[in-house]
Amino acid sequence: MTAPIQVIVNGEQHRIDVAPMRRLLDVLREDLHLSGTKEGCGEGECGACAVLMNGELVNSCLIPALQANGARLCTIEGVSTEGRLHSIQQCFLENGGAQCGICTPGMILAAHHLLDKHPNPTLEEIQEGLAGNLCRCTGYMRIFEAVQKAAEAQNAV
Amino acid sequence: MPERDDIVGTSPLRKEGRAKVLGHAKYIDDLSLPGMWHGATVRSSIARGRIRAIHFAPEVDWSQFALVRASDIPGENTIVHLTKDHPCLAADKVNHPEEPILLLAHPEKASLLAGVAGVRIEYDELPGVFTIEESETAVANSDVDRIVWEGSEYGGTANCFKQYVLHSGDAKETEEGLAAAFESADYIVEGEYHTGAQEQLYIEPNGVIAECKKDENGNVVSVCVRGSMQCPYYLVHALTLVFGLPEEKCRVIQTETGGAFGGKEDFPSVIGSHAALLAMKCGHPVKMIYDRAEDMAATTKRHPSRTRHRTAVSKKGQLLACEIDIALDGGAYATLSPVVLSRATIHAPGPYKWPFVRVRAKAMATNLPPHGAFRGFGAPQSLFALERHMDKVARAVGISPEELRRRNFLATGDQTATGQVLTEPVDMQRLLDRALDESDYYAKLAQFAEENRGSAVKRGIGIAAFMHGSGFTGSGERRLNSVVEVELLPDGRPQILVSSTEFGQGTNTILCQVAAQTLRIPYEQVVIAQPDTAVVPNSGPTVASRTAMVIGKLVERASAQLLEKLRIESGPQADHTLEQFTQAALAYLNAHGDLRCSARYEPVRPVEWNDELFHGDAYPAYAWAVYVAEVAVDLNTYSVSVTRFDALQEVGKIMHPVLAKGQIEGGVAQAIGYALYEKCVWKDGRMMNNQMTNYIMPTSADLPEIHVHFEEVPCVHGPSGAKGIGELPMDGPAPAILNAIENATGLSFDSIPLLPEDIFEKAHSFTDPGHGGSEDLDPERLGEFLPEVNA
Repeated sequence: MTAPIQVIVNGEQHRIDVAPMRRLLDVLREDLHLSGTKEGCGEGECGACAVLMNGELVNSCLIPALQANGARLCTIEGVSTEGRLHSIQQCFLENGGAQCGICTPGMILAAHHLLDKHPNPTLEEIQEGLAGNLCRCTGYMRIFEAVQKAAEAQNAV
Repeated sequence: MPERDDIVGTSPLRKEGRAKVLGHAKYIDDLSLPGMWHGATVRSSIARGRIRAIHFAPEVDWSQFALVRASDIPGENTIVHLTKDHPCLAADKVNHPEEPILLLAHPEKASLLAGVAGVRIEYDELPGVFTIEESETAVANSDVDRIVWEGSEYGGTANCFKQYVLHSGDAKETEEGLAAAFESADYIVEGEYHTGAQEQLYIEPNGVIAECKKDENGNVVSVCVRGSMQCPYYLVHALTLVFGLPEEKCRVIQTETGGAFGGKEDFPSVIGSHAALLAMKCGHPVKMIYDRAEDMAATTKRHPSRTRHRTAVSKKGQLLACEIDIALDGGAYATLSPVVLSRATIHAPGPYKWPFVRVRAKAMATNLPPHGAFRGFGAPQSLFALERHMDKVARAVGISPEELRRRNFLATGDQTATGQVLTEPVDMQRLLDRALDESDYYAKLAQFAEENRGSAVKRGIGIAAFMHGSGFTGSGERRLNSVVEVELLPDGRPQILVSSTEFGQGTNTILCQVAAQTLRIPYEQVVIAQPDTAVVPNSGPTVASRTAMVIGKLVERASAQLLEKLRIESGPQADHTLEQFTQAALAYLNAHGDLRCSARYEPVRPVEWNDELFHGDAYPAYAWAVYVAEVAVDLNTYSVSVTRFDALQEVGKIMHPVLAKGQIEGGVAQAIGYALYEKCVWKDGRMMNNQMTNYIMPTSADLPEIHVHFEEVPCVHGPSGAKGIGELPMDGPAPAILNAIENATGLSFDSIPLLPEDIFEKAHSFTDPGHGGSEDLDPERLGEFLPEVNA
């Protein structure tokens, strides 16, 4: 049994037939071949599968596909434009914000969401804003620095 | 043209960083092969017993599944590490919960759940042992029912995988010296310290895709496994035995690896062999990806430990002698326990001068899933014990913790407990001075002592001094006999060929920096090949803080040879532009077809090590460190937060400041988790909290500012003077934090992880009228632990 859903992913409209209990994560990875969204835990703890849904940060492993019907989604593949890195991506790259890289897509989307809400975040706001995204490599310090630099870069534009 | 002498020491962009921030990097679960099936594992539900029968549920259509049992293994039923005691699949008995018994593959991933649920295994259950103490008791009582590992054919004894005795000199003389020292000592200080298991918790779980080729008679011709791993040639070795194939017929390819920390050192040999067996059985490529719960329940963790110290010390605070007894819980099979134990043993006496040392160490068998490699590899356990104990010794003598250390540090020219003469500069005094200075230690001590009065939040500061050996222990590097190659690509760019893997720490980047600097061309020009054993030579495993120092040096040598060949060919040149290099490279390729230079491991200076006496040069070089932790203990909630952390280390030349800082910060964060958050809850050998929901690692909101400081003292063994860095930061934070907690509260804790309930319990035991008092606690401070006083 499947049901049709319509989603706009990274600006592109898709109509997909999904089984009702399928996770948004599986739809993105398997049906749309957007493998930048990662599965780390499957229970909403690690944030590796984070995407933006109607501008809100969600764990796509916890979203039944039907719930995404009509939504506007942004995945890591939609953050850069024509191969040009977004300033957040550039700052992660330059400041050591990505080590093994598996948390990076979700972390960059969380940073994106954070900077949308707080264009000049304090350290506490950064710590709080990224607390749903686990990173086992960096100890987060390089990520904080990357987000601070990205805020400066965005505000300078 | 920029100076080429300074590529090592700058921070160019991570080689694969762009793909990672774009989300383009392909990890194993992002890959798919045509006709690929999916695999799953049926595991033991009990800790120990005999398999009586396996039942298959009639409602499952088994004709759609491929099944593999132990009897299907074409070669030996073993996952080889140091010994062959570890079966690939349990045949007739199981020795730990989650032990693999049966493998299933199906074209549809979703159908596997029903398959796994449709297998029911009947057992005759046997009694198990689940702690070091239970395992020891079984041996002491000759309780044959609880001897869970015989293993004499694997070099062990009943329930014991391995034992070492380290004497600082001749065994008899050392024993006499110990006896005399304890006889004449002003103080004898004893302590017992415990550390728990720790999950590596890489965010990408273990996973592989395997292929298998068979001839017309159905015999296996070759296997190929790609996946998330640290050590491609370890898996090659495992496959040769499982399939009875020569090495060249077992190909292994590392894909982008989402964190490892040791957890993908030995374990990929298990999941890789399993997927290859399923591929053999079903005739399709097979993908196996563990979900988080399976990964946490079934794969390796850091060895739990118990360490006992007995120390003789003079009233002037001079360390006279120590007896250290270490026991590790190895789990059900030997795996890497003997080498983890070896590192624990060598690091146990720490960065101190001891006239007489005896370390006795053993790795015991229990019916837990086998424990394995995890960043630090035995050293975090023994250094936790030592650095907590040093504070205890200082208290007994009546001097400050830093002063006790200062009076006993090893220095240049001294001998370590294994008799290694420290020929390269060692300046622990300087590290201590600077660490105290950077952390504003004395001002903080005074400030906290003042502010803590009458406050329910107690703040404190603590230190730990330690070292970590770079590279394999003793003769290990010579046995590994690593080879590195550097070749020219058809467009004239150099390419590095190594089996050393990138899993976040920066292997790709630093090795390219070394080659670029040696070849005197820009970093961006250097390429590093994907680790594929059909293409790259065996440069050994990516473990033991060896890559920067050992492999980096080999890349430097191979690159220098390549440059020399080009120079000979095109006439000697003192310096060259990139254009000249490329022209010379293309001319060489035109004339000779290809150019590939290799370098094989040679110690820079002789490394003398006696495995039997456990004596000599344990490591080519050590990294040295002094860490300072600040904590706040809230006596209303009993929670501890680390409020500031200063990590000062001497790791030789810093190859890449951004990556180096990232290594230290990440290690400190993991070690804060080890000390305060990460508890594996066991029941009858099974991990009960195998979820990120209830196994708690630090989030971005839990960590303090981590201040990283380096002293740079170039080391002869590494490229441009670099030493190992990766594991060091795992060793020091836990004892520094518990020392700080004692400074804050007067409560002395000797076990990690230390959770709020542990602090609650101890604080309340003092206020219990039946409590007999404690050597740990100033009676005048008792009132501080009564909540009503705080309220």
